[in-house]
Amino acid sequence: MNADTLSYLDQPPEVQARLARLKARNVIVSVEGVSKRFATGQSEVTALESLSFRTHQREFLCVIGPSGCGKSTLARILAGLEPASGGVVRLDGKPVQGPGRERGMVFQGYTLFPWLSVRRNVMFGLRMANISKAEAQRQADEWLALVGLEKFADAYPHQLSGGMKQRVAIIRALVNRPRVLLMDEPFSALDAQTRQRMQAYLLEIWRKVDITIIFITHDLDEAVFLADRILVLDAHPGRLREMIEVPLPRPRDAAQLASPAFAATKARLEALIHGGEAHGEDDPYPAVPLLTSVSNEVE
Amino acid sequence: MLNAVEVVGAKPALSETGDAVPGQWFRVRAPLTRRVRIFLAICSFLLPLAVWSAVSYVPFLWHPDVLISDPGDVDYFLPGMRVTKATFASEIANSKTNHTDPPQGTPCNPVYLPAPGDVLAAFYTSFTTPPQDQDGLWLHQSLWQSIQTIFWGFVVSSIIGVPLGILCGAHSGIARLVEPFVEFFRYLPAPAFGTLAVAVLGIYAGPKIAIIVIGTLFQQILIIANTTRKADFALVEAALTLGTRNLRLLTSVIIPSVLPDLYRDQRILLGWAWTYLIVAELIGATTGISLFITQQSRYQHYANVYAAIAMIGILGLGTDLVLAALGRKLFPWDKAAA
Ligand SMILES: Nc1ncnc2c1ncn2[C@@H]1O[C@H](COP(=O)(O)OP(=O)(O)OP(=O)(O)O)[C@@H](O)[C@H]1O
Ligand SMILES: [Mg+2]
Repeated sequence: MNADTLSYLDQPPEVQARLARLKARNVIVSVEGVSKRFATGQSEVTALESLSFRTHQREFLCVIGPSGCGKSTLARILAGLEPASGGVVRLDGKPVQGPGRERGMVFQGYTLFPWLSVRRNVMFGLRMANISKAEAQRQADEWLALVGLEKFADAYPHQLSGGMKQRVAIIRALVNRPRVLLMDEPFSALDAQTRQRMQAYLLEIWRKVDITIIFITHDLDEAVFLADRILVLDAHPGRLREMIEVPLPRPRDAAQLASPAFAATKARLEALIHGGEAHGEDDPYPAVPLLTSVSNEVE
Repeated sequence: MLNAVEVVGAKPALSETGDAVPGQWFRVRAPLTRRVRIFLAICSFLLPLAVWSAVSYVPFLWHPDVLISDPGDVDYFLPGMRVTKATFASEIANSKTNHTDPPQGTPCNPVYLPAPGDVLAAFYTSFTTPPQDQDGLWLHQSLWQSIQTIFWGFVVSSIIGVPLGILCGAHSGIARLVEPFVEFFRYLPAPAFGTLAVAVLGIYAGPKIAIIVIGTLFQQILIIANTTRKADFALVEAALTLGTRNLRLLTSVIIPSVLPDLYRDQRILLGWAWTYLIVAELIGATTGISLFITQQSRYQHYANVYAAIAMIGILGLGTDLVLAALGRKLFPWDKAAA
């Protein structure tokens, strides 16, 4: 079998060239020595420790790691919803503080505004930027057509399926033309079939729109299928384990799921996360021994 | 294409018919069919009415008094007078020993418990009978006065209480500044401010409205604040990442997201305001439905008194049903109201 000999480091020439081009592009987000500590009672939990990485323009970066390693915390810090305890986050070279429309976010639990129709949900960010109603509506309809939801423009969110809701959430963020789209396990509440369809949708949107995506997931297949590069985090404290370059050409399709390169990359991720020296556990999502981790942090 | 009716989320534990958990005689929160719901709602009124009717029309159930139809030779008995059974029996015994004409009468209930039929008749007659007192009011006039008192009391309270409650619910600093005092004040009984209100605001509508405001406002601030605090913070965060700032978070996210709940609170608080009505109307110059009730009891027209009291209930419940229906129209996205 090819997968035994093929390493995830063996990149076909077109992938190599693509990644080289990617890394030559502007840095959009640069995370420099970011750490985050939570005070829980008398003790402290270190969710992230001196984490540094960069994403380039139009990069699709996946973040993966065991449960509780600080993925959501990272997304929230990047979005400005949570202050970092140390380090800097730069967007286009400028340090960012607090949330802003240039960093869109898609949450796991859709967070659509239930009192607004689908169209008005999409218009929300534009209206906040004081763009006229007519113009906002025109743009919203364009985006709705892009994800095939024009028929549901006047429906309320509770009338949509989970996959449709998440598509609305994605374009609601994109309509603001953000520099980076942060996605925290956006598809993990969906069933396997819908999830695959949504992955394809997302790549389709990403192909058409100039957007950098930081996509958090704990699904290895999802990470390999979507990403240019995968940031692997260690847990307790959340630290950079490895940055993996995915050796799969684009455009991606379902056939690649069965390719040896896919299997090799996934095997590497599995080794890092589940078989890694740091944990050595077989459980794919080891229960975080919270009390133990807390006592580890006690001075 | 995905189906629009595909609904994501937790399924209710019980099916529509409510027998998803068979073999239980007490099924926790089992849903009811529409017909059963209506039937039970009607029973909820019919059962107390049945008890009342039984006590009124079945002679041996209670009837502690005797209604004199013919006083006989008892000098202090009059036709239509109600005396206790003991008095009646002793007068019968007296007449037997003295060989005088015995009084005659039928068992009856005390004057303060009229039969349902009498009260039903009073619903009509109290609207058609002119007031007996000079300064008296027709029932509809007194009801209208009461409605105005409630209305203005509730409006004034809401103008202050709703915005303040929302601000408290949305901003910890404002909550810290306002809520401790409000918590203290809400324990003070509104009627205690009666004389003060009269001294400051005169004897007419002013003090009455003030009592309703005092009775409602402080609860209102806390209830509205608590509801506002329950606004889904995930929606606030989503709005933050979409570029929403400061007060627009309040107007574009927090308020709309809790609006159906605020509306429900306001309905409950309006009911609350009604309960302060009688006390308020007795302050200063008695007005409204209280004036009607006082006058009718003076003449022992208890059927009219019951009719007037029932009118308050009917008005209150009627308003609430209308507001509930309006709420379903206003907030079509609201799951809790469905
Ligand atoms: N608000 C908070 N207060 C205290 N501790 C927190 C808080 N938020 C997160 N943590 C801790 O920080 C660590 C990282 O949490 P985070 O939610 O970022 O993990 P995650 O990688 O997203 O996990 P999952 O895969 O389960 O979503 C955890 O140990 C968690 O207990
Ligand atoms: Mg998470």
